Amino acid sequence: MCRTLLTFVKNQRVIVVFQHQQTIRQLGISVLAVIISSVLAWLSKAHLDNMAVGLLLMLVVSTLAVVFDIFPVLVAAFLSALILNFFFVEPLFTYKIHDTESALLFSIYISIAVVHAVLTNRVRKQAKKSRDREEKEKTIRLYNTLLNSLSHELKTPIATIIGAIDTLKDAGIPIPAPQQNELLNEMETAANRLSYQVENLLNMSRVESGNFRLKTDWIDVNEMIFSCIRKIPAQHLKRFIFKPDDKLPLLKLDEGLIETALYSILHNAARYTPEQATVMIDARYEDGFLAITISDNGTGIPEQHLHHIFEKFYRLPHSGTGGTGLGLSIAKGFVEAHEGKISVRNLKAGGAQFEITLPADVSYLNSLKNE
Amino acid sequence: MSKPSVLIVDDEPPIRKLLEINLSNAGYCVRMAATGKEGLMLAASYQPDFILLDLGLPDIDGQEILKQLREWYGKVIVVLSVQNSEDDIITALDNGANDYLTKPFRVGELMARLRSATRFSATADPVMVVETGDMEIDLAARTVKVGGQIIKLTSTEYSLLALLAKNEGRVLTHHFLLKEIWGVAYQTETQYLRVFVAQLRKKIEPDPNHPRHIVTESGVGYRFQ
Repeated sequence: MCRTLLTFVKNQRVIVVFQHQQTIRQLGISVLAVIISSVLAWLSKAHLDNMAVGLLLMLVVSTLAVVFDIFPVLVAAFLSALILNFFFVEPLFTYKIHDTESALLFSIYISIAVVHAVLTNRVRKQAKKSRDREEKEKTIRLYNTLLNSLSHELKTPIATIIGAIDTLKDAGIPIPAPQQNELLNEMETAANRLSYQVENLLNMSRVESGNFRLKTDWIDVNEMIFSCIRKIPAQHLKRFIFKPDDKLPLLKLDEGLIETALYSILHNAARYTPEQATVMIDARYEDGFLAITISDNGTGIPEQHLHHIFEKFYRLPHSGTGGTGLGLSIAKGFVEAHEGKISVRNLKAGGAQFEITLPADVSYLNSLKNE
Repeated sequence: MSKPSVLIVDDEPPIRKLLEINLSNAGYCVRMAATGKEGLMLAASYQPDFILLDLGLPDIDGQEILKQLREWYGKVIVVLSVQNSEDDIITALDNGANDYLTKPFRVGELMARLRSATRFSATADPVMVVETGDMEIDLAARTVKVGGQIIKLTSTEYSLLALLAKNEGRVLTHHFLLKEIWGVAYQTETQYLRVFVAQLRKKIEPDPNHPRHIVTESGVGYRFQ
């Protein structure tokens, strides 16, 4: 506790010091800007009258007010007023003002500069406040979307399991064996779905934390793709086509990450392409990069959604119940953690094509004939 | 013959209950411990035929228990761990675990692992012929037949297949296989293993893309079945 407090105090001090440094920096820049523009005005004095010099300095102060805090801007305002008076208003090199016009010019100058500094500062504060509020609202909206889809995704299988257990445990009327079996199957499906979603959430938190330690090893990409396909629910399995290229060399990759990324795309394809659509998977290695493409001959993805589908929690409208919008964002996160790229486009012939490209070392060992 | 005895060490009551029901119905004499300390004590006093050990216990680290057990306990230990923890699994296998299961596991899988693990400790005599599906490996004659036909293998291919087959049903880690076949210097050269397994599968598997005999345990090793 004591230590936390200490760190807190230390941090506060760091923040104060930091702000202090920032003010000094802004002050320096402001003073410098005023001096430089004054010198420039002085050098071109022959072409400028006092009014023009005043406007020029006002421009400098106004510009500073847009980006800097109030204190340095006020300093700049007063400094420029003094310079204007001392160097440009007759009599020169004194702070005396003789004629009324110059006196008026000087007082208007200083009031406008101060009012401008204060107003701009207030406007900036307002803007920041509304930006913060917007940001907060956006976070809340995102959070609500997440909660809605998540609670649906988690509670549906839980409801199924509890309901089925209740039915099997204390149904008033005896349930025939085939129906008992059906209930057990429903429970199995629900539990698997729950397990998949929990896995998704854990993966998402890995992506969010950015805490990746790649565990690369030599992998057989064909084997990895086949093992990915085998995890697809049986009713979709025959729609997936993969013709392995026997010449594909061993590549150094993090198998766990890539398999999860690929599975997310395949799972998505199984779920959102029409039932008669086929999904082709292809893998090739060129110039240090492994490219895996997943193409389907379904209906494609509406253009306006194409650029958003890797965003977290993004789901296409009317994409049915179930799904959290996490899968593809996990795929993106994992591929990028591997310094690779993921993209999607619609095919001319219809359907969508996903592509993953990954930088990977290649093994010189292709076959060891004999020893 | 007396019932084989098993010790379950797991801190989660529902998992203990699930394991107890399955194992006692399968004819095992079951004892249970909820902590590492209790597990070590019961293992010493009952000398069970095998131990089912959860790696995530509240009091002592599972790997530590494993090491302590292996100082005197020579029978079967199967570890239970959570998903996606290949490093833990490999460490556990290196620390002397005979096999592993990840939670959530299927009961059928659990029983199969236990059967093959206990069969090992039971048979003192080395197996001479391994038969599975339509494949027959004669370890004395050093021949491999698939569907009655003799398959030609290189000597390294044969050594790898024989090593896997002698440990039928058990997972062998990449490190272990590389060390046994190629030697200590090759322990991290998994590329050799990948190439040879691919070649072997082409020769002995009915469908090399969906292997039935040499199964990949992703990130851990291979299992023959």
